[in-house]
Amino acid sequence: MIRIEARPQPSAVMAYATPVLAVVLTMIFGGALFAVLGKDPFEAIATIFWEPIFGEFAFFYRPQLLIKGAPLVLIAIGLALGFRAGIWNIGAEGQYIVGAICGAGAGLAFYPTESVLIFPLMVLAGALGGWAWAMIPGVLKVKFGTNEILVSLMLVYVAEQLLASMSLGLLKNPEGFGFPGSRNLQQYPSAHNAEIIAGTGMHWGVVAALIAVIFAYVLLTRHRLGFAIRVTGEAPRAAKFGGVNPGRLVLFCLGMSGLLAGLAGMFEVAGPAGQISIDFNVGYGFTAIIVAFLGRLNPLGIVAAGLLMALTYIGGDIAQSQLGLPAAAIQVFQGMLLFFLLALDVLTNYRVRFGAAEVA
Amino acid sequence: MDLSAINPILLIAAMIAAATPILLAAIGELVVERAGVLNLGVEGMMITGAVCGFIIAVNTGSPTVGFIAAAVGGAVLSLLFAFLTQVALANQVASGLALTLFGLGLSSLMGQSYVGIKPPRAEATPLGPLAEIPIIGPILFGHDLMVYLGLGIVAATWAVLKFTRMGLVLRAVGENHDAAHALGYKVKRIRTLAILFGGACAGLGGAYISLIRVPQWTEGMTAGVGWIALALVVFASWKPWRVLLGAYLFGGITQLQLNLQGAGVAIPVEYLAMSPYIVTIIVLVILSADKSRAPGSLGRTFHASG
Repeated sequence: MIRIEARPQPSAVMAYATPVLAVVLTMIFGGALFAVLGKDPFEAIATIFWEPIFGEFAFFYRPQLLIKGAPLVLIAIGLALGFRAGIWNIGAEGQYIVGAICGAGAGLAFYPTESVLIFPLMVLAGALGGWAWAMIPGVLKVKFGTNEILVSLMLVYVAEQLLASMSLGLLKNPEGFGFPGSRNLQQYPSAHNAEIIAGTGMHWGVVAALIAVIFAYVLLTRHRLGFAIRVTGEAPRAAKFGGVNPGRLVLFCLGMSGLLAGLAGMFEVAGPAGQISIDFNVGYGFTAIIVAFLGRLNPLGIVAAGLLMALTYIGGDIAQSQLGLPAAAIQVFQGMLLFFLLALDVLTNYRVRFGAAEVA
Repeated sequence: MDLSAINPILLIAAMIAAATPILLAAIGELVVERAGVLNLGVEGMMITGAVCGFIIAVNTGSPTVGFIAAAVGGAVLSLLFAFLTQVALANQVASGLALTLFGLGLSSLMGQSYVGIKPPRAEATPLGPLAEIPIIGPILFGHDLMVYLGLGIVAATWAVLKFTRMGLVLRAVGENHDAAHALGYKVKRIRTLAILFGGACAGLGGAYISLIRVPQWTEGMTAGVGWIALALVVFASWKPWRVLLGAYLFGGITQLQLNLQGAGVAIPVEYLAMSPYIVTIIVLVILSADKSRAPGSLGRTFHASG
């Protein structure tokens, strides 16, 4: 008979071991999935995890690691703050879109004026846009007790429609021969989020992500507010007696995650993506949820998780073109990872016991 | 703009059909939540049901077999959620999200070679002379079997929850799992069964979209209906008949905005397409003041200690 028994203290070893174990299990089951799809599982796994870093064309793929990792880390850091406090913002995708629209809009408003002030203004606009979009569920939760999960998610669909409307209307390139999509910001030097060091993939979004990581780390480990977040998540009643204002915490966590998601969207549209278009968003806002959990809601863990997830994106692309592995297979692979993580987490807080229960 | 192109009788009939997927998913989730479990994976189970139903219906040529497969598909996926939350004691919010992300990926993987295919048509239920009655006939009696099955499930859910011992036990587990456990009820088993029921209903709802509403397969075609169904359960204060009311309200809005798009109203298409989501938010705000109806143990993990 197998039973599980609560541990008096969460196991520190398991807390670090479970993400690794989950990745290993995902590789095994993912490999099995690829085999079912008629691909060589070992080749597929090697293509996804090895090729981008050490393969023949690694010089091309390595910078992609930062480009794809930065938005994931930026968004996941914000989400993790809320998740720690039991505040579930799952609409980061929407905040990402609105941040991009506001950022690009602020830049395009000045086209073709060149000025060093334009880019900082765009950063500000992007951050504000994401923040404002996340404040909708925030304010509704604080004022009316509305469920932030549902509202933030509904706003993703609203943001997607807004994106379509913008790329077909207000922000459409007047010289674009009628094609949907805005002007390309990569061809507008003042607004272009160019690589800081050419060929490394290091753009301002990466810098912002690093700052966010440090900020979140200090906040959670050294600051009173971070303590309030942790206590609220672990013991909401104790937090209340301890003088934590739950409303303000909700607004801070949602606002912060919206702000970071908005920034991620803005850096993406001004850099790697280049323009506002109907299919601008590719699901970073949802993948970041996996990143946050894989990183154990810990800022440093999130960096590692973000890079790993970026790797699956890049490797997935390579596997798609070289092995004909369907894009959706990678999505399943990422979903699987979250499953294993959640399932294995039981080992952190509980002990698995074999044999019959002792008689008390 | 030509509003006269909208035939009110056909519009109302279409509204009832548009409400059915939301209704099916929401009534399933209602049972799950009454058992004290918050399954945010409705969207994932719906889309999995949509693709399973579609594949089987195309291959067997029978929509009925397709719907059965959809229910099974949704239930199998929900079993993963049941394992995570009831056995591995994982956080229900995170597990539900995982289910949705996984379901979306899995469905697009499964449905790859089915894009652009037409499924076999589901026939309208032969209700004979009833469908001939003017006005009421086409509105109420011209539908396919799933519409009536949806109504039947709502009625059955209501009756079971209200009048049977099984319903009482389910509600007890949802209101206070510790007390139910102390009385000797198998909390985890009951919850797992409820989760399976929710999965099957969501699967049916998804298949209704892919087999009847649209009818074809496209990636991510449920487009948030599962999330609207979740909102609907809150809207309905966890009461079956109110789910019916809410589903017709949301189905109505969805259908109305589609008809307005078709009629070429001066409002841009994108803004019309936003409306069901915005209305959902507004309704949630209005109704969230009263939380007293929520099952007492909703979303809490149960682990029998000792």
